[in-house]
Amino acid sequence: MPILLKNVQTIRSSEITPEDVFLRRREFLAAAGLALGATTAGMLPGSPARAAVPPLGAVSKWPESTIETQTPEEQATSYNNFYELGTDKGDPKKNAARLITDPWSVEIAGECGKPGKYTLEDILKPHSNEERVYRLRCVEAWSMVIPWAGFPLGDLLKRFEPTGNAKYVQFETLLDPERLPGQQYPVLQWPYVEGLRMDEAMHPLTMMVVGMYGKLLPNQSGAPLRLVVPWKYGFKSIKSIVKISFVEKQPDTSWNLSAPREYGFYSNVNPNVSHPRWSQAKERRLDGESKGLSALFAEKRDTLMFNGYADEVAGLYSDLDLKANF
Amino acid sequence: MYQPCVPASVQYCLSASYGNEELQNPRMFSIKSLTKPVVFILCLLPLIAGIYSIATNSLVANPVEDLLHLTGEWGLKFLLITLCVTPLQLTFKWLWIAKLRRMLGLYAFFYALLHLIIWVVLEQELDLSAAINEIIEKKYITIGIIALLAMLPLAVTSNRWAIRKLGKKWKPLHRMIYPIAVLVIVHFLWQVRAKDILEPAMHLGFLLVLLIWRFKKIVAG
Ligand code: HEM
Repeated sequence: MPILLKNVQTIRSSEITPEDVFLRRREFLAAAGLALGATTAGMLPGSPARAAVPPLGAVSKWPESTIETQTPEEQATSYNNFYELGTDKGDPKKNAARLITDPWSVEIAGECGKPGKYTLEDILKPHSNEERVYRLRCVEAWSMVIPWAGFPLGDLLKRFEPTGNAKYVQFETLLDPERLPGQQYPVLQWPYVEGLRMDEAMHPLTMMVVGMYGKLLPNQSGAPLRLVVPWKYGFKSIKSIVKISFVEKQPDTSWNLSAPREYGFYSNVNPNVSHPRWSQAKERRLDGESKGLSALFAEKRDTLMFNGYADEVAGLYSDLDLKANF
Repeated sequence: MYQPCVPASVQYCLSASYGNEELQNPRMFSIKSLTKPVVFILCLLPLIAGIYSIATNSLVANPVEDLLHLTGEWGLKFLLITLCVTPLQLTFKWLWIAKLRRMLGLYAFFYALLHLIIWVVLEQELDLSAAINEIIEKKYITIGIIALLAMLPLAVTSNRWAIRKLGKKWKPLHRMIYPIAVLVIVHFLWQVRAKDILEPAMHLGFLLVLLIWRFKKIVAG
């Protein structure tokens, strides 16, 4: 550009790219990658934006995966609730390049033998990934079927030697309004906080997830590390986790704080407990089975107790009134 | 004969002399007579674009939700656009705009009615007892249906015959559009998740500006 050439001798030090912008250069590289129509930046092997996120490695198949039709990947990664990247369903994908996941570390805190700050590599190293196809039921009465890659959360938690006082596990999402621009608006309490009872967290169905559809998680789906609890409404499955605490008291979770009457701590999928906005008796399955205009007339299906995982998890709640503890 | 229902300046547009002017100047007649059909088609574009994208775009994950939101939002937008007609007409002396008012108001009703039909047919799957349950149980839906029912008499009395028939009563009846717009914005506010109120708040702000303008006019006589 001629204008630049003219000014080349008069550049003052203050005009040189500020360090913070320079450090965010990968965000621009990632955005450029998207614009070029490449697969999501970081999916490319050796892409710098993903240097700190270890590859999935060999992924074994979980034998109990559901055989229902899977949601097409492009729908599961373009229709997202991730308010930190925007409140419209399409926003998280649009703003995905803002979320830099390199470097990434996870703080382990609270009632445990090995608290501390761990790099993502340290967190993931001992675990091999397994693909599990789960149903995902959103509190907004839609559902998807998604192949996740990850490992049981319990295997991770045990490594930090929780003490007898650890009754609950609390999770927090990254707090960084630059990388998660939705946090510039006080829509929810930031950082996003979720929690599980210890026995729920240790349940073999509860997963720590690093990938989906055979690839690393895209940012809009909660890269580089998220929770998946298939028998609870989707908002319990917190994304982009930077902190895990073992605590004695039931955590205050973001949605519960925002509307206690609407979003309970447990939030188990339950067709018999109606939400003040959405009847939970039925759900719209988003699986791409019917396409184009015929999708308008696709029938809803009945929602199953515990999202169809009742055989596995109902025992956790045998002495809990599920209407009062919704 | 339109004395009781429309501001003085509007009468110019509706009056015989306006028509005569058109007849006297054939060139003007042809351009002006295009306004209505053009606006008519423009008002349908949001719906056509929505249906087109559902038919052709595989990225649309939840088309029923898309249509429900599209029709709801445009129902509200057309209510507010209709309310802009008189201020625009008086401020910029756009006399021609008055003749669009009825069509714009009817479009608000059209989109709101489609919104209800989509909800009953595609969302509730024609299960009327479930629909009635939802209307009673969910506050934001109760208020939505009240708003739509309140729009019905306005839509029915928007024709010349009703204007003449109602005489002095027409204007206060059609001022109901202000409280209806408030109800719709409350409906919008109550279905928002968490504190994501930016969009309904912006619509509310816009309505407040229109209300203040209207109030000042009344005070000024
Ligand atoms: C007739 C009864 C009505 C019913 C049953 C109804 C139902 C609904 C439903 C189910 C939603 C979506 C809520 C969600 O996504 O969680 C909605 C949103 C909305 N409705 Fe209605 N509604 C009614 C009347 C109206 C009327 C009369 C208007 C405007 C003229 C309107 C404007 C809106 C708007 C602006 C939204 C928000 C759309 C968005 O989030 O983008 N509704 N309504």
